[in-house]
Amino acid sequence: MLNISGLNDGIVLDHIQAGMSAELAKHLGLDKLDCQVATIRNCRSNKMGKKDIIKIEGGLDVVNLDVLGYFDHNITINIIHNGVITEKRSLKLPKKLVNVIKCKNPRCITTVEPSLPHIFFLTDEATQTYRCQYCEEPANK
Amino acid sequence: MLQNLRHLISPDDLTVEETMQLLELAGRIKDAPSAYSDVCRGKKLATLFYEPSTRTRLSFETAMINLGGNIIGFSDAASSSAAKGETVSDTIKIISIFADIIAIRHPKEGAALVASLNSTVPVINAGDGGHQHPTQTLTDLNTIYSLKGRLDHLKIGFCGDLKFGRTVHSLIDALVRYPGNEFALISPDELRVPGYIKNEVLTRSGHSYTEVDKLENVIGDLDILYMTRVQRERFFNEEDYIRLKDRYILDAAKMKLAGEQMLVLHPLPRVNEIAVEVDKDPRAVYFKQVEYGVYARMALILKLLELA
Repeated sequence: MLNISGLNDGIVLDHIQAGMSAELAKHLGLDKLDCQVATIRNCRSNKMGKKDIIKIEGGLDVVNLDVLGYFDHNITINIIHNGVITEKRSLKLPKKLVNVIKCKNPRCITTVEPSLPHIFFLTDEATQTYRCQYCEEPANK
Repeated sequence: MLQNLRHLISPDDLTVEETMQLLELAGRIKDAPSAYSDVCRGKKLATLFYEPSTRTRLSFETAMINLGGNIIGFSDAASSSAAKGETVSDTIKIISIFADIIAIRHPKEGAALVASLNSTVPVINAGDGGHQHPTQTLTDLNTIYSLKGRLDHLKIGFCGDLKFGRTVHSLIDALVRYPGNEFALISPDELRVPGYIKNEVLTRSGHSYTEVDKLENVIGDLDILYMTRVQRERFFNEEDYIRLKDRYILDAAKMKLAGEQMLVLHPLPRVNEIAVEVDKDPRAVYFKQVEYGVYARMALILKLLELA
């Protein structure tokens, strides 16, 4: 078994779909953080078969929970303090996304006014459909 | 100063009750126009048209003049500061200093919402690309309500470009709020109503609809036939436009298949999808529809300015 050193204070993003950690790290901007980040791929999991894990040194404020919730709301967040898990959090689909994804509709006002924030609203929870606030086009993951 | 700053960006911005109040007011204006000829004295409507639209702009301007108000604005982007690169947000912040109410048409979808988020006066969406055109919807509703006396339990056929036709999408959105309406969606495969309208609007609201290719198959059952133009400007490919533009032409022969009480509406401009011979048929109400549009816009201006 691969041994990864423990995290004293920080967060562990658990139950990431296997193979998705790199893309998630990109969307979370983890490469821009000053703290240490460990990405573990293809961990064995009773629940999922295989999963990815990301360990991040630092507080919950270093990750955008809306980004996490949008890309995979099945991820679990473990908060580690003094080497032990002090809290487990599950994610919900965020109702609103601000500058998490961009509208790709060439007819949308955001294509000609780059200073506008890209805002999407969850319009159908069952199908996980998000629509652009401006043109109402659905977002594609 | 308005007590409650309201905008009309999408037909949904008005509740069914508010829509009905507006239509009743439009009816009262039609019956006694002189009673309303001075109610907007000293008020200014800015018509900001970033793309050409003769009918909608003149309808707004006529509405404001009929109410005794004044008009400022521009009729294409080239004659505005947009040509210098000014954003919609900045333009609106400035225009809302000059005007009491704004009507904006813009080729980009969502531009009217951006305008409303930056305005200190009411903003009316006069069309944002292929997205929404709520005053056309009010015009259509006012025409149907005035001539049929109701907006429920109607069989409505939409014919032509149902994919890009924003007037169709908005009117479906509005009519599913009334009980018992049934929809016939008449178009070629390439110009069908988008899936999200079928799934999230028609199916979710529990209204029945059918999709057909031939107008002749359903025209005899309809209370309302809403014809549309295949719009050249919505196509990236000229070949597709040419192939589809003549698919449906309403002529006297097809009108013979329709009921005596059926009404033909069209948002105009017409190209050739309704033969000129149909114009003299009393069931053809698309020119009357323009008049009902002025009354609807007059009522809307009065409501948003809190003068009615």
